[in-house]
Amino acid sequence: MATAFAPTKLTATLPLHGSQENRLVLPIRLAPHSSFLGSTRSLTAHSSRRLNHAHATRRSPPVVGVQEVVKEKKSINSLLITKEEGLVLYEDMILGRSFEDMCAQMYYRGKMFGFVHLYNGQEAVSTGFIKLLTKSDSVVSTYRDHVHALSKGVSARAVMSELFGKVTGCCRGQGGSMHMFSKEHNMLGGFAFIGEGIPVATGAAFSSKYRRDVLKQDCEDVTVAFFGDGTCNNGQFYECLNMAALWKLPIIFVVENNLWAIGMSHLRATSDPEIWKKGPAFGMPGVHVDGMDVLKVREVAKEAVARARRGEGPTLVECETYRFRGHSLADPDELRDAAEKAKYAARDPIAALKKYLIENNLAKEAELKSIEKKIDELVEEAVEFADASPQPGRSQLLENVFADPKGFGIGPDGRYRCEDPKFTEGTAQV
Amino acid sequence: MSSIIHGAGAATALSTFNPVDSKKLTNLSVRSQRYIVAGSEASKKKSFGSALTVRHSQKLIPNAVATKEADTSTSTGHELLLFEALQEGLEEEMDRDANVCVMGEDVGHYGGSYKVTKGLADKFGDLRVLDTPICENAFTGMAIGAAMTGLRPVIEGMNMGFLLLAFNQISNNCGMLHYTSGGQFTIPVVIRGPGGVGRQLGAEHSQRLESYFQSIPGIQMVACSTPYNAKGLMKAAIRSENPVILFEHVLLYNLKEKIPDEDYICNLEEAEMVRPGEHITILTYSRMRYHVMQAAKTLVNKGYDPEVIDIRSLKPFDLHTIGNSVKKTHRVLIVEECMRTGGIGASLTAAINENFHDYLDAPVMCLSSQDVPTPYAGTLEEWTVVQPAQIVTAVEQLCQ
Repeated sequence: MATAFAPTKLTATLPLHGSQENRLVLPIRLAPHSSFLGSTRSLTAHSSRRLNHAHATRRSPPVVGVQEVVKEKKSINSLLITKEEGLVLYEDMILGRSFEDMCAQMYYRGKMFGFVHLYNGQEAVSTGFIKLLTKSDSVVSTYRDHVHALSKGVSARAVMSELFGKVTGCCRGQGGSMHMFSKEHNMLGGFAFIGEGIPVATGAAFSSKYRRDVLKQDCEDVTVAFFGDGTCNNGQFYECLNMAALWKLPIIFVVENNLWAIGMSHLRATSDPEIWKKGPAFGMPGVHVDGMDVLKVREVAKEAVARARRGEGPTLVECETYRFRGHSLADPDELRDAAEKAKYAARDPIAALKKYLIENNLAKEAELKSIEKKIDELVEEAVEFADASPQPGRSQLLENVFADPKGFGIGPDGRYRCEDPKFTEGTAQV
Repeated sequence: MSSIIHGAGAATALSTFNPVDSKKLTNLSVRSQRYIVAGSEASKKKSFGSALTVRHSQKLIPNAVATKEADTSTSTGHELLLFEALQEGLEEEMDRDANVCVMGEDVGHYGGSYKVTKGLADKFGDLRVLDTPICENAFTGMAIGAAMTGLRPVIEGMNMGFLLLAFNQISNNCGMLHYTSGGQFTIPVVIRGPGGVGRQLGAEHSQRLESYFQSIPGIQMVACSTPYNAKGLMKAAIRSENPVILFEHVLLYNLKEKIPDEDYICNLEEAEMVRPGEHITILTYSRMRYHVMQAAKTLVNKGYDPEVIDIRSLKPFDLHTIGNSVKKTHRVLIVEECMRTGGIGASLTAAINENFHDYLDAPVMCLSSQDVPTPYAGTLEEWTVVQPAQIVTAVEQLCQ
């Protein structure tokens, strides 16, 4: 049984930065350092250098396979986090859990509608990655996005209001559960179709690179794209892995492999279920990590984010995790084996972090309890706020369809339709 | 091939046949001027009895947005081909704003499969004129993500038909994200590429995607047809904060025209008056404009006076220009290259019937392509699209 510390069992263990002997070197194109991709002539000229890669003057690291980062760190025999960091992580995970539990309650009380997908059990992945990011880094998620938004800094009030469909929601009530956007916090959504967000994330990473290389601005922003195991069989995933590796975009692809895509087991849908392996096929490192352990995720995330910031390109991180609830609140969750659920429930990431903090004297039980209480109050307050907020008025119907409302065109009277007073009332004919 | 002859013939037809300088008409800042010109034409034409009485044009409200007035002296200006006009527009906008970039297959080193981006990669670099791998869905989505984070990408579909692979991104993300994010993120992309029936290119390369995209909320669609409006629309589309799809046509890239030297844009939401007239309104766009003008030549010889409007803005329709024309002529013929079912013509027919029913003396007639996958054989291909002879017959029928 894996504890918080035990390294995950991996089929291939190769050092990411280790000694020279065990390097798995995959041949990569050696385009000239200065120009972006350069001409094809320079590409063929360098291909003969592949064999002498170890002596290449370029400092870019070779593409390697999987790595057990935590194992290496352990040998130094120090703690992985400080007390402050520990408390931040704990609070974030508790926020995620409490919020989702409250969502379930509110849904069954008829306060929120439609498809609501809860994140219970997967908190370690969100917290592990997003708490390392700055405000200007971007996060792109899927329909299971409430906790990603919360970790990124969107207030619980804004998310809850959005779920209630109120005007004070982060998307003015127009998006809903599956579309959490925040320009301020660079939360780029929230997408209903799987795989749809990955190209958007790739684009955000492209913007970072463009800003640095074309506009010559100081830009170290990275993008983290979260998606599930089911998405890894979708074309958009592969197309983006290719482009991200090709252009060394500052992006981290995080697979939240919770083994189930609604009722489809990952093993029944995928020819080679080890998703991390697909990274090296495209020329980027593929890393597998225990997604129920926030500290392990955080160590891998640190490495991947640093890589991206240095301009070394993308990383594919597969997090083995599990969702404690069904796919959505409408899913009866009858297909999953009770034994499997129990096995993962015993690996609850919040319980594991709590144990770590207490055992290593980073926090007392009372401190953690007070954090839990604080979060409970925060979530309650968010519900009250959302309840009290007004529903969107009719006038909001036609706003935001176009950034420039002239896009509704010119009406028979010669005026732009958006100038029609009925437009702001939401009753204009468009 | 016959279609090329149409293209070339129509270009000369445009420059020699039209008694009024087309540029004067297309670039007026106040719409009322258009009708002053139209009024003077009326005296030249025969009337055909009471069925074709001319009503006075309505009192017009100056429009909200002024487009720059054209340089009316035709001695300045430079002549170029339509693809060069597109390139010029693109280059000028890229010079003007460093956030404008191009993404697409073979746009960089190859210069674009229709040469629209020729030379741009040398000037702006490989990152600003990005050669993408062949993954329309992903690179369109990537452009959308880049647009959300501050860039202004111009996405090229090597053929518009390829963008069917990007439909997910165009519909769900490009059109919708501004709304679902509550207005937080803008998506100022331009999606452009050649479409339409070409020269025996086969069914898949001859598609008219405007009919598929027209329902997507949140996007604008425009179609260019002359070097002048190609450059103007390209620039306007790039400057617009909305996502715009610019439809070009495979057979129109080599049209030649003299365009002004100075900076100008064409309003995205306005239609273009090609030939004012009194008897019938013919609404068209893109390549069919030239078939219509060829038919107009014949019609004038037969004594008809058609008013030809290039609607240019496929979504939204410029109901003001169209409406004023319908109120004047009371007869409408739509000539388009879309399929019969669910095409732009179908939407336009509905819009006209809904808004201007009282002004019609005859049912709106719509000539579209056959609901047939475009055949390879030249003769069959010719019969799938609307030919000038059919247009003449339709006008004669409507004006009885």
